[in-house]
Amino acid sequence: MATQVQDYLGITDYKVVGSRPIRHDGTDKVTGRAIYGTDLNLPDMLYAKILRSPHAHARIKSIDTTKAEALPGVKAVVTGKDLMINAEEQLADLGEEVVRIKDLCAAVLAHDKVLYQGYPVAAVAANNNHIAEEALGLIVVDYEVLPHVLDVREAMKVGAPLVHEDQKTKSLGEQTDKHSNIASHFRTELGDIKTGFAQAEIVVEREFCTEMVHQGYIEPQNATVHWNADGLLTIWCSNQGAFGVRDQVSKILGLPVSKIKVVPLEIGGGFGGKIKAYLEPIAALLSKKTGHPVKMIMTRTEVLQATGPTSGSYITVKMGASKAGKLVAVQCMLAYESGAFAGCPVGAGARNMLAPYDIPNVLVDGYDVTVNKPSTSAYRAPGTTNAVFAAEVVVDELAEKLGIDPVVFRLLNTAREGTRRADGPVNKRIGHEECLIAVKNSDHYKSKLEGKNRGRGVASGFWGNGGGVSSASASVNADGTINLVEGSTDIGGTRTSIAMQMAEVLGLSVDRIRPQVGDTDSIGYTGVTGGSRTTFATGWAAYKCAQDIIGQMKARAAKLWEISEDDIAFDEGVFKSKSDPTKALTFKQLAAQLDRTGGPVMGRATVKPTGVGGAFAIVIVDVEVDAETGKVEVLRASIFQDAGKAIYPPYVEGQMQGGVAQGIGWALNEEYVYDEKGVLRNSSLLDYRMPTCLDLPMIETHIVEVPNPGHPYGVRGVGEVPIVPPPAAVANAIYRAVGVRMTQLPMSPGRILKKMWEKNGTHGRA
Amino acid sequence: MPVVWIPSLMRKLTQGQEKVEVAGETLREIINNLEAVYPGIKSRVMYEDSRIAPGLAVAIDGVITEEGLRTVVQNNSEIHFVAAISGG
Repeated sequence: MATQVQDYLGITDYKVVGSRPIRHDGTDKVTGRAIYGTDLNLPDMLYAKILRSPHAHARIKSIDTTKAEALPGVKAVVTGKDLMINAEEQLADLGEEVVRIKDLCAAVLAHDKVLYQGYPVAAVAANNNHIAEEALGLIVVDYEVLPHVLDVREAMKVGAPLVHEDQKTKSLGEQTDKHSNIASHFRTELGDIKTGFAQAEIVVEREFCTEMVHQGYIEPQNATVHWNADGLLTIWCSNQGAFGVRDQVSKILGLPVSKIKVVPLEIGGGFGGKIKAYLEPIAALLSKKTGHPVKMIMTRTEVLQATGPTSGSYITVKMGASKAGKLVAVQCMLAYESGAFAGCPVGAGARNMLAPYDIPNVLVDGYDVTVNKPSTSAYRAPGTTNAVFAAEVVVDELAEKLGIDPVVFRLLNTAREGTRRADGPVNKRIGHEECLIAVKNSDHYKSKLEGKNRGRGVASGFWGNGGGVSSASASVNADGTINLVEGSTDIGGTRTSIAMQMAEVLGLSVDRIRPQVGDTDSIGYTGVTGGSRTTFATGWAAYKCAQDIIGQMKARAAKLWEISEDDIAFDEGVFKSKSDPTKALTFKQLAAQLDRTGGPVMGRATVKPTGVGGAFAIVIVDVEVDAETGKVEVLRASIFQDAGKAIYPPYVEGQMQGGVAQGIGWALNEEYVYDEKGVLRNSSLLDYRMPTCLDLPMIETHIVEVPNPGHPYGVRGVGEVPIVPPPAAVANAIYRAVGVRMTQLPMSPGRILKKMWEKNGTHGRA
Repeated sequence: MPVVWIPSLMRKLTQGQEKVEVAGETLREIINNLEAVYPGIKSRVMYEDSRIAPGLAVAIDGVITEEGLRTVVQNNSEIHFVAAISGG
């Protein structure tokens, strides 16, 4: 169900945008014809495996690969010595982020230290995977085991084992002399926090812990690389951004980008975890040594141990309000695990956690903390779900203590256009209030929830969405169809949502456009499919590319009719002479004339749009808690989300449902479990418990459309925000079911039982 | 003149001022002029005189700039230095 709140600049009569056509890649996906990384096989291809550290923290004294190299079938072995080690503090600008080249290289293959269990130490290429695996067992690594630290609070203490001995804390750009696992500290401040709390008539203060969690994409990382004899490197891989892989490999191997071609294959999920290049540089080194193409596929265990999950965190929230229900002051501290290398999404958590509200006095401190766990990567609304979990549980508690309905409390404090955000800037047009009204009027919220140990929870969430660079090019065929090439890896069906925006401009049905994702030699630079930017930015490139085509086609019509281009109008797929109504050609008819008027027409566009519009989502969850076991059953879940304009509603609904499903998994079950030696104990999907369809009800979706004035069709971006509210909504529902405030993720049965026993003053019995 | 909001951890450089008015038509000019009056700020917000410092983003009139130091600033603009965010 879509709720249209307002039209964008009076446009209401879209022909393609907002419709539900059949997706272009549907047939290949459902018949198994789509080509994924593991489907790729090249002549004379070798297979490679990685030797990984058994220790959480250790110095490498020596690596002996002699026996492995002597094993029949082994073609090459590489270690960190084979990687260029760049200057101390050189940075690489990867478009989306700036990283230390030293860290990039060190993360690919260990140089002098291993920083977490699973850290890559050496790699072997062989005739098949079995020989490669056998060879790994013949590599002798002499380690000096070092003390390790796993928990963010422990890591922040003076005297904690240092993950990097040379790391000193930066405080908003100021380099301190303090050696610490705290890589950086920042502070956001608005108003006067002391005055704010002095005005507060009710204050709630709580602390929260969340564990490291993984994105859980089904397809493991994989890459096939061929370093050709002419020095050109070709990479086929599963990644969220081909250009990002190209740039990383370029920096790590010291190769110019012109020597590297990255071919994006279909991707079986990413959610932010497939932006970094883990395998590609290693496969490249092995291919260079052997002259053969080299294929690498991670096992599930490797994916969990050694790719980039998101941060575990420790968060405190203190919130004050007036008796009338107005928030007057909020103070928060966020400490996030960045894993082995600095750089975690604590900034996003800090900026987004209070975005739904108008709060005059705010103070937020954030800390980026290294620990002996895998280096974190983006995960769907990076850093925000943890922070919003903390904030929204406290919002709920304040509403309860004030005796105000939680949705009404949020309406009393909602941010609107013109509200100054807690991080400083003033909001443009946003849709939180419209989402709240949709919640309040919904069947779900108005329905009664009855039964023992059942409760309903609500939570809001925000994600700012992204812009970035996107490119599109298109050629017009003689039959009036279009071949569209764009640079965004297709995640969630973006081929179609991009093609639909082009089709709308051209007045064509979307099946007349054939979208393809180009490789890095075939299309202009395009940023990663991430940050919920693709339908917004690449869609905009397609929109602009279509306008380029129309301009060129008008010139052809003018040539054909021997009139001025100024006399040509284009309306609903038809080119017409303004002065002579008898002169008219449909797009298809004119396309058939292109050869006679100068040859094919090709459109192109590159954009870097600035009109990004943030998005809000609100989730309602009904749960039942088993008082004997602590197990939570989700009875009903609904999400209300401001999509701006939903270009292809089924995909928007799919993103909303997928985000809520992941959020519920994070809420109830998912966590990295390490033992005292820093070894990950649940590195399989049997033990790392993600929800299945049997764990979830059908998630009800309500698209709210408050179009973003910064985009031609009002697009905001929809992929990330739906994961944000569910953990808080579930926690709030559990409270109403059994009366305990959960402040730790995941809210697993044992943790819930413990809280219930504490509340009841019992031990072992509910 | 454009108004720059000073992050609280940098306010010792502006003698505690939360907001300062600074002349300039681009973000680069604004930062250079800010540095002239309040020495020490530039090295905190810029990297190698060529780009906004890693980990930081700049919001001008509520919009995160995509054009870096070349971004044109209006006479009544409001400028914020905020934590950079990249998505997943």
